[in-house]
Amino acid sequence: MIGLSHYLTLAAILFCMSVVGIFLNRKNVIILLMSIELMLLSVNINFVAFSYFLDDAAGQIFVFFILTVAAAEAAIGLAILVVLFRNRSTINVADLDTLKG
Amino acid sequence: MDSLSIAAPEVFLLTATCIVLVASLFTKANSHTVYWLSQASLVVTLLFAFGQTRAEPVVAYVGAYGIDNMSSTLKVWLIVVAIGVLLYSRDYLTGRRIARGEYFVLALFAISGMMIMVSSKHLLSVYLGLELLALSQYAMVALARDDADASEAAMKYFVLGALASGMLLYGMSMVYGATGSLELSGIRDAVVVGGAEGSVPARFGLTFLIVGIAFKLGAVPFHMWVPDVYEGAPTPVAMFIATAPKIAAFAMLIRLLVDALPALNSDWQAMLAILAALSVVVGNLVAIAQTNIKRMLAYSTISNVGFLLLGIVGATPEGYSAAMFYAITYAFTTLAAFGVLLALSRGTREDGSPFDAVMLDDLAGLARRNGLLAAVMMLAMISLAGVPPMVGFYAKLAVLRAVVDAGYTWLALIAVAMSVAGAFYYLRVIKLMYFDEPVVTTEIDTAGDVSAGLAINGLAVVVLGIFPSFIMAACLAAFA
Repeated sequence: MIGLSHYLTLAAILFCMSVVGIFLNRKNVIILLMSIELMLLSVNINFVAFSYFLDDAAGQIFVFFILTVAAAEAAIGLAILVVLFRNRSTINVADLDTLKG
Repeated sequence: MDSLSIAAPEVFLLTATCIVLVASLFTKANSHTVYWLSQASLVVTLLFAFGQTRAEPVVAYVGAYGIDNMSSTLKVWLIVVAIGVLLYSRDYLTGRRIARGEYFVLALFAISGMMIMVSSKHLLSVYLGLELLALSQYAMVALARDDADASEAAMKYFVLGALASGMLLYGMSMVYGATGSLELSGIRDAVVVGGAEGSVPARFGLTFLIVGIAFKLGAVPFHMWVPDVYEGAPTPVAMFIATAPKIAAFAMLIRLLVDALPALNSDWQAMLAILAALSVVVGNLVAIAQTNIKRMLAYSTISNVGFLLLGIVGATPEGYSAAMFYAITYAFTTLAAFGVLLALSRGTREDGSPFDAVMLDDLAGLARRNGLLAAVMMLAMISLAGVPPMVGFYAKLAVLRAVVDAGYTWLALIAVAMSVAGAFYYLRVIKLMYFDEPVVTTEIDTAGDVSAGLAINGLAVVVLGIFPSFIMAACLAAFA
């Protein structure tokens, strides 16, 4: 029998993977964007699971809003990526180091 | 009061923003039409918001949205600060090839987002307001699209901001799971009734909420983005990010911790105490080493966020009022400092590129080039350093009193010691302006309305320091 804790564990594993993906990845900005997307989706699993087991629809409605915002966020992220590539001719994370001090 | 009039300022501002957006398509690049339309929308929104300051607290829209004393006061100040931001930005944007209509439209959207955050009574409206603000800000940083530093700053801001939103959302989902409610009042009742047993997942969620809030505020150790974004972003955008969103972030902190999770105050007090102590120490010490004035102001922001958190650490109504006062006065003091930088950034360098006042040396001998700019900058710096009778002194005094009354004397000692260290870099700016020889000796002329705005802003820093009760009364009423 699959219970609430299974869903929460799955969401927690996905969430940790996305955080690790953001901090360990030194190669490619697109992987960062994918990690961010994964992070939001893992939260959605949490909300849907809680919503089902609490028998309360509000959590699922929250998920719709998160999906919409995630789409807008991806659009802005990719737009910034295009601008960045035009200026720097690279999307290597390790090269984003001119601002420091 | 019907539901529509509760959200009247936001409804009006969003409608006006859409009109400004369309108008910006049909105006010439150098006309000021978009600017005046934006200012007019903000002034009308300000009147709406002002009309709500005496209204009874009320919640509408199925518990998602409402007004109370805190929200109406903060909205008025948000808009006042935003009007200043647009006024100071205008000439800078005209002089450069930064898409101007977009700047104003994005700023107006960001202001709507902040007003929604301030008024929210529900996790969903907190989140949507925050994202409306954050997405507009990412785009604003990237507006200077031929500038490699600006696009790098935008990418860093985007990734860390999205990470923070993810953390905040994960926290919200855990709190929802623990309490079964998305309404802040429902969460508050559930955690109190549930007692210790039901509060373990809520505590887990609380930790994520605090990480998310700390990212958005720029508190140490979640401050990495602040200096990079301030340095890389065009100065008007850095000014926007440095001022009004701090008021909104304060409101979000109050909504999530004080309104929703007061039962877990012993947990969040300890976490905020650590954040506050680290921010005050790191912000003030690292700022001393900076030669770029935008970076210096970024570390100054970090230390000021530390002070703001000090007010909340005590978990007393007096402390919340002190923190609210701090957020408001910090916003318009920093506004004055950035306003001077923008007024300075005109003309071209030897190689023909537009001149940006970003290094500390650009301020050398400013007093001989334009007395008003130097005086306003001096007032802002003295106020940020916390010297009486400026408003910054009273703000620091109020938060320190709150934190000592709450029994965190060690925290107050650290904060006082660090603000003495911090006075060094603020006073260095004054020394540069008044006692050093100017590198360039040409006089700086500013537009009449910008000079008037800066003069009023500088006067406000002094006069509100002498008569703090003008703002403090509203702050005390917000948590009475």
